Amino acid sequence: MAARNSSGLVAYVNARLLDPATGLDTRGALLTNGETIADVGPGLFQGGVPSGMEVVDCQGLCLAPGLVDMRVQLREPGEEHKETLKSAGEAAVAGGVTSMVCLPNTNPVIDEVATVEFVARRARKIGLAKVYPYAAATKRVEGKELAEMGMLAEAGALGFTDGIRAIRNAQVMRRALTYAATFGLLIVQHPEEPSLAEGGMMNEGELATRMGLSGIPVAAEAIMLERDMRLVEITGGRYHAAHIATREGVEIIRKAKAKGLSVTCDTAPPYFALNELAVKDYRTFAKLSPPLRSEPDRLAVVEGLRDGTIDAVASDHSPQDQDSKRVPFAVAEFGGVGLETLLAVTLDLAHNGHMSLIEALKLVTCAPASILNLAAGRLKVGAAADLVLFDPDRGWKVNAKTFHSKSKNSPFDDRPVQGMVMRTIVDGRTVYTHDA
Amino acid sequence: MTDAPFPHRHLLGIQGLAPSEITSLLDLAEGYVEQNRSSDKRKNLLRGRTVINLFYENSTRTRTSFELAGKRLGADVINMQSAGSSVQKGETLIDTAMTLNAMHLDVLVVRHPDSGAVKLLSEKVNCAVINGGDGSHEHPTQALLDALTIRRRKGKLSGLNVAICGDVRHSRVARSNIYLLNAMGAHVRLIGPRTLLPSGLDRMGVEVFHDMRKGLADVDVIMMLRIQNERMSGNFIPSIREYFHFFGLDREKLGIAKPDAVIMHPGPMNRGVEIDSDVADDVERSLIRSQVEMGVAVRMACLDMLTRDLIRSEGAA
Repeated sequence: MAARNSSGLVAYVNARLLDPATGLDTRGALLTNGETIADVGPGLFQGGVPSGMEVVDCQGLCLAPGLVDMRVQLREPGEEHKETLKSAGEAAVAGGVTSMVCLPNTNPVIDEVATVEFVARRARKIGLAKVYPYAAATKRVEGKELAEMGMLAEAGALGFTDGIRAIRNAQVMRRALTYAATFGLLIVQHPEEPSLAEGGMMNEGELATRMGLSGIPVAAEAIMLERDMRLVEITGGRYHAAHIATREGVEIIRKAKAKGLSVTCDTAPPYFALNELAVKDYRTFAKLSPPLRSEPDRLAVVEGLRDGTIDAVASDHSPQDQDSKRVPFAVAEFGGVGLETLLAVTLDLAHNGHMSLIEALKLVTCAPASILNLAAGRLKVGAAADLVLFDPDRGWKVNAKTFHSKSKNSPFDDRPVQGMVMRTIVDGRTVYTHDA
Repeated sequence: MTDAPFPHRHLLGIQGLAPSEITSLLDLAEGYVEQNRSSDKRKNLLRGRTVINLFYENSTRTRTSFELAGKRLGADVINMQSAGSSVQKGETLIDTAMTLNAMHLDVLVVRHPDSGAVKLLSEKVNCAVINGGDGSHEHPTQALLDALTIRRRKGKLSGLNVAICGDVRHSRVARSNIYLLNAMGAHVRLIGPRTLLPSGLDRMGVEVFHDMRKGLADVDVIMMLRIQNERMSGNFIPSIREYFHFFGLDREKLGIAKPDAVIMHPGPMNRGVEIDSDVADDVERSLIRSQVEMGVAVRMACLDMLTRDLIRSEGAA
């Protein structure tokens, strides 16, 4: 595929260039110079590639910005038996993800400058996908005292969240939004009213009743979102709702946006590709937080993605080891791994005719990057050469056993998908190639 | 007695059983009722077989019933309680399955506080598994013994109006009974306060009532469910006194049902909470003691049916 040279210039020729930020979808070539993109376009190298460059023949496949995954749990520090920065990095690049943003719910919690710096330093050393941390919105994610948001942002925190816990106290949320607005910082909420969700294991409804499992009502998401919209209104803060999974949730965000509030949201592939039936037979890999909802909810999430109410798609990668999942459903941990299936399942949206390929790609590239003010997710001259080369049509069957992630708890295990990552490039370096 | 095939390796729930399979189990149990009433209660059908009762929850009644059933069929029966066992030391269900497999048992009866746990275990063991009650999910042998009790008294199941009253939310007995009675053509009503009737019940082929006086009209069978005292304060209902007033079965509410309506309860009863002693002990109307008797016969039938399948698969192997 490649002819090597030591100039530091690499020409990616014969590619279908896709840049969701500009709408570019054309045959052409891209040139990287060391760590950055030096040139890109349909006319590039039409007269042939000058000598002295390494040439990568893309064989007509899609060359796009590397994926930006805005919600990942890394488990390091503290639970390295489930995932490490290295194993997550390997999983990320195998999935075409070149930037990922990790939650602060590690042990210790990322609520101090030193922990933010630890994560950044470790990730740089590993040199796979880039890792940016969110920091805790409240100290120890206890929901009581605000974390040192200003200093944490200076150290590199991209936003503030209590991770998999909702900021439950309305006064604390109000102050978090108000204080963060001082610095123009983003507050990311896990929108689930905790007392309604307490003890719940799956979507509340007929199936939960039949299975004898306690349910989490749709209202748990709706109530928290409604409350938060009021708080955004009175504080003028920047608010992002993670993993929207219900029809009502989509509707609340739609109304807030129509009102002009500074609100964004994302969802994760399970919520537009699966519904609650996936938990039948007590399948713990489908025990997710928020829970998989009903089919009308799933369709509403698809519609929210289609009309732009839902801004982005994140993997919501939540690795859990066997001991946490090979137990009765009631006591199994929540969460599923998602880095390695993020692209393929997101492309379902295009394959199923809900949107174009470039629109689907936008959800995992420039859209999350814009929410986070992150210089990533676009094919721009001078930008970091973070790229993914993929075959949008190549089908494969998810086999979690072959995942690079340390944990194998994929809700998509055994599912046929379409869209395969062939090569991932971070800062101009090829960090993953699909062999075979 | 029946020789109809039973195409299931385990008995994990009533859901998924065909009406003909339920009938076969009930018919088989009928025979064991007679055997249990005779002086020679033992049969050597399961001689050489090992049955383990693995109970992760306390239950004297169900465990004893299974123990007696196994012993009357000639099996070696061993009881394992989770309290003080390796389970308390952190052994997982999967570890337990591996241990049990090494012991070469034939039938495992499991009770577990988590819905779905028995199914998980059944996937990992080599023997037949009977669900002795999992969380709020299913308790199939209870539903079968209830059905046998009703059938013997009323002569049929089809067409009867059966009211299941009380804490349906936490009741595995209710779920198994809903599936069984629906499958056999009975009309099921659920009666209780809204907090104890979870959402989606109305889509399970039942009628839902929140008023005993409306729900009990024209009813042939009243099944009372046990309320757990620890659930009585604050969250689901305001007080025992209030619960009994609206949803406890007493003589006056019983009067609304058909004159020959019978009363059932899976036990143990909370007298004065969900049921008044006056009606619980009414020998004309209460089938509660008969339920216990039928329990042994039904469990013998289940052990018999599942080991037939074992014999078949061993023969094939």
